[in-house]
Amino acid sequence: MPSLQEMATKESAFAGGHRMCAGCPVPILTKMLTRVTDGYEIVAGNATCCLEVASSIFPYSAWKIPWIHTAFENAGASMSGVETMYRALKKKGKITKPYKFIAIGGDGGTYDIGLQSLSGAMERGHDLVYICYDNGAYMNTGVQRSSATPLGATTTTTPAGERSFGRQGNRKDLSRIMVAHNIGYVAQASIHDPVDLSEKLKKAIDLDGPAFINLLSPCVPGWKIGPDMAVEVARLGVECRYWPLYEVIDGAYKVNYEPKKKVPVKEWMALQGRFRHLLKPEYAEVVDAFQKEVDRNWHWIVKQEELSEVLAGRVN
Amino acid sequence: MSKIVAITGAGAMSECMRQINPDVVPAFPITPSTQVIEDFSQFVADGRVDTEMITVESEHSAMSACIGAAAAGGRVMTATSSAGMALMWEMLYIAASMRQPIVMTLINRALSAPINIHADHGDSMGARDAGWIQLYAENNQEAYDNLIMAPRIAEAMNVRLPVMVCMDGFIISHCVQTMQLEDDDRVKAFIGEFASTYPVLDTDHPATWGALDLQDYYMEHKRALHMAMKNSKTVIQNVSAEFADVFGRKYDLFESYRLDDADRVIVAINSVAGEIKEVIDERRDAGDRVGLLKIRVFRPFPYAEIAAALEGVKIVTVLDRSESMGGYGPLFCEIRAALFDAPERPLVYSRTFGLGGRELFMADIHDIFEENKRYLETGTVEKTADYLKVRGG
Repeated sequence: MPSLQEMATKESAFAGGHRMCAGCPVPILTKMLTRVTDGYEIVAGNATCCLEVASSIFPYSAWKIPWIHTAFENAGASMSGVETMYRALKKKGKITKPYKFIAIGGDGGTYDIGLQSLSGAMERGHDLVYICYDNGAYMNTGVQRSSATPLGATTTTTPAGERSFGRQGNRKDLSRIMVAHNIGYVAQASIHDPVDLSEKLKKAIDLDGPAFINLLSPCVPGWKIGPDMAVEVARLGVECRYWPLYEVIDGAYKVNYEPKKKVPVKEWMALQGRFRHLLKPEYAEVVDAFQKEVDRNWHWIVKQEELSEVLAGRVN
Repeated sequence: MSKIVAITGAGAMSECMRQINPDVVPAFPITPSTQVIEDFSQFVADGRVDTEMITVESEHSAMSACIGAAAAGGRVMTATSSAGMALMWEMLYIAASMRQPIVMTLINRALSAPINIHADHGDSMGARDAGWIQLYAENNQEAYDNLIMAPRIAEAMNVRLPVMVCMDGFIISHCVQTMQLEDDDRVKAFIGEFASTYPVLDTDHPATWGALDLQDYYMEHKRALHMAMKNSKTVIQNVSAEFADVFGRKYDLFESYRLDDADRVIVAINSVAGEIKEVIDERRDAGDRVGLLKIRVFRPFPYAEIAAALEGVKIVTVLDRSESMGGYGPLFCEIRAALFDAPERPLVYSRTFGLGGRELFMADIHDIFEENKRYLETGTVEKTADYLKVRGG
């Protein structure tokens, strides 16, 4: 595994000059793609999303590796096709080098409209790493709620108003849905921790079969944070246990990071304009409900790790 | 060895796919095209083809995987019908606009609602603006022959467009007919090796596929697609001529059946043409100067060639097996447009028939020729567009 310094000296697959927003952390991921995947030819695919539109405005492209986008809801299926053609041509001896395939989508294109296509690709067992950068809403079209939008967040389709505190109900847990596909590797990572992310990316790539990484990636305009804040807000999202860093290898859970002290989720929410309305006293119950959900989820994952140890015979 | 076989239309499609031996086939079952992929799956299981199949979870994913696989750099085929193609809708346009030479058999079936599994051209006619070349067939043999020619047409370097090989659900897909099944090696030799263009898997020359195109380039790319579609007309004619040299069966953009001295003509698509020919033969024996123009290529539409073929005809009845709700039938619109500039413009009218598989019998076709005879005598068509054999009509 290369160190961060070594990684930084390798050529990136993602050129500067793209049109991602100032302060968007997604290029941390895209620059990393070919820096931890030595020994493989890498082909990337994109769902329609911020990354896709900002990296490929014809006649320009930020991609120095082969890259394909077809539509919003089908990165799983499109890349299934690319990966299968690779196997077909390899079988015939027309390709000899080892290839790996990476699909990238936002939470809208992954949790929502692309869920079926993703599910099919994972279930069929394609040698494909799917990375969802979860920024908790349809940011490309201007911050509309998705099923990844957390409780109480204000979006343009769940605005806070006299009769609403914002998004009703809790977000979907896509990582667990992916675990239920019985694939070899599922992980949650955060854009603030490139060491953890690069290790997970390498594990996912090295695996012969489908893998899924859910990546917390704050959105500057969508979360209403400053352009210098994305990494810090992601870090606090992990510290407050909103976004546990864990991986599930062949069904066994492993928590990768346990925050030293319990940061109240309210501190994380207070950094973000999308939650600021909830800081008013009348919304204390919403914040409490949010904290309860975060605690419940953390507890569930820790228990899964314990159960995995028992099942593996390491603990009675 | 080339041989005469008794086979269903769907069976002929899967046999042809076996002969073509595509690199990748993503597919999803839907009546009445299911047999195509069932048979083909058996060929894969038995090692009779080298194809990698992707048993996708929907038709949207089927076409998405087709595009990914084709862009990766190999030959790709699939099969569908009706609602299946409707679910592909978005991806049909993307397949064509990304200039992928995908070949798809489309067994024509009515669109829901009400749900109906029988022959109707609403599926393919709705997709006529998507950028797919559309070939139609009267019977199993024609469908089989079209499918042999389809990769050659799709993959021509001045075309690079997807091709839809259409035939009528059940009437052709499920009925056993005798036909000439050509020798595997001769089919393979006719089709040749696939040549890729800017394949995604070429990591030495990385290409960006599916970029965002704004006001400054979108229109040029769309026009380029339109020009490729126009180029395909000559390619279809050339490939058809070469096919005739090799296999002996002649095809053109459309079939002219006893048109030479015809006064009254029906224009139709697909299986109904067989019955129309029978009726024409009967009436010709009685001295009636009637004929048929059977469409083979609907996209690109051969306007000038059809206008020339119908020169001297006095009245044209266009039979549409689909409806444009609130408008005229799609075939009628094209035929009228083709004939508008004719020096002696014939009477042209539309009759919608056969939706959801409703039969049109030979007696009904005799009625059509009686009707257009009356219109020609009076010089007036009573209704420009009407339905045949419908309650309350």
